Amino acid sequence: MSDSLDQIFIRIKQLLLAPLAGAPDWVMQIASALINIFALLGVFLTLFALISVLERKILARIQNRYGPNRVGPFGLFQPVADGIKMLIKEDIVPARADKVVHFLAPILIAATAILALGVIPYGRNMTPFAIDGGILFFFAVGSTTELAVFMAGWGSNNKFSMLGAMRAIAQMISYELPLIITTFPVVMVVGALSPDAIVVAQNGYSFGVVPHWFVTTPWGAAAFILFFVSGLVESNRTPFDVPEGESEIVAGHMTEYSGFKYATFFMAEYIGMFAISGLAVTLFLGGWHAPIRGLEFIPSYVWFFVKLSILLFIYIWIRGTLPRTRIDQIMNFAWKFMLPMAFTCLVAAAVWHYAGRGVAGWLWSLAVLGIVYIALSILLDTRKKFGTRTYRFAE
Amino acid sequence: MNSAAFVVIAILTLAAAFASATLQKLMHAALMFALTFVGIAAFFFLLGAEFVGLVQVFVYVGAVAVLIVFTILLTRRDVQDTGKPNWGGAIIAIAVFGGLLWAILKTPALFIAAPQIEALTVKRIGGVLMTDYVWPLQCVGLLLTAALIGALILVMEDRDEG
Repeated sequence: MSDSLDQIFIRIKQLLLAPLAGAPDWVMQIASALINIFALLGVFLTLFALISVLERKILARIQNRYGPNRVGPFGLFQPVADGIKMLIKEDIVPARADKVVHFLAPILIAATAILALGVIPYGRNMTPFAIDGGILFFFAVGSTTELAVFMAGWGSNNKFSMLGAMRAIAQMISYELPLIITTFPVVMVVGALSPDAIVVAQNGYSFGVVPHWFVTTPWGAAAFILFFVSGLVESNRTPFDVPEGESEIVAGHMTEYSGFKYATFFMAEYIGMFAISGLAVTLFLGGWHAPIRGLEFIPSYVWFFVKLSILLFIYIWIRGTLPRTRIDQIMNFAWKFMLPMAFTCLVAAAVWHYAGRGVAGWLWSLAVLGIVYIALSILLDTRKKFGTRTYRFAE
Repeated sequence: MNSAAFVVIAILTLAAAFASATLQKLMHAALMFALTFVGIAAFFFLLGAEFVGLVQVFVYVGAVAVLIVFTILLTRRDVQDTGKPNWGGAIIAIAVFGGLLWAILKTPALFIAAPQIEALTVKRIGGVLMTDYVWPLQCVGLLLTAALIGALILVMEDRDEG
């Protein structure tokens, strides 16, 4: 029973493909790919609509107010109203903008964000596009986002757009490094770049209750936190949303966009957040595995989306709690703390592996991480910076 | 299906390359150049060299194209082309193309059917890089580290000014 429920989406896909039996191979391939694409788009655009209203509700709860509650029960149809509003808004293109580049930027940014979703395993046998170098694909596609952001900033021909794009690219390039390096320990320990192999490697439980997820090892926990923070920066979320700091540069690279193009940027940002969280779940939180053996009867995709929702909730929670940082603070943090710690995770993972992957390895890798962390804290000595604020440019 | 895909990708790549050589605005040319890189990556995918294709996208579209775009932005005041065709560049390009064509046509391997090789997995590439090609790999690593440190020294602020 639980097995059939687990594989229900695979069955549905087989049923959909059944009328095509006997067709040439490439027809089957294209039909199968199309089904995957439509399922992916359907699920994640629905999730986007849901999260956009939930985020407003949760933020409202944190800030002690009601939030959207007029459209539908509990304001749940708010995204529909928003969507209609966005669609019928006037699309304004600045007279001196580069029309083609200005038009293509939101398309490119949405396309790359959605492409990255394709390699994540959503459940048992539920990877839309299982390719050998899945992790590499994810980052290769993600790195083209920078070009799209640049196109938006430059094509708008507006100083705020350009400044926002510069900020966005600077912080995306800086944090791409720790983001990618924190995936290395996992890739190294598993010995494969494919997300499916990584999820399979996290199978099994100690004593039936402690899952063999990488987040339960010291290097995995540290890498997960670093990955999560880098993910916050990559998806331009608070406290790292300086590219669109509205009090400083209007809306950054999105300043000159209106109507549906603006909505596309907004959507790409959320889809990017889903993709990064999905990869974090895959790499460190055991993908679609259940947290304890007794709960394995619940279908695998449910577990994936539960973990994804928890991460998304933390994203929203952080947004409701922390103020925005300054761009120089973000940069210093990336190069002086995140990068060395990311490399330390790599060393700690190697120590864990060579100490036998057991309790001894656990303690040894914790020791390595602790030494480097304490050394970095002493070297950077953040405490002495708290004092009377001095203004360099304003009296 | 493969040959149809080859024709489509080839036309797109060549069109992008031609556009990047002839477009008036330098920034458009740079963006078209990035599209050419994507086309070349598509060729690698078509050949089954997944890893090389991904690295092509990663390095050339994600890094080199961004670098080119930034270089144009930070060094040129007017990104508009003067409109005159650059004949010197055209002659050099044709000479390089001719040389490559001559070399390719002379290669005997062109007329031999490719032997069946086992699938090129990422794992195999990693293994070969770490055993047979470990010295070149280390040299490249050293070179890149030196370049990184050099870049840092170039942009380092003078302490006494601030």
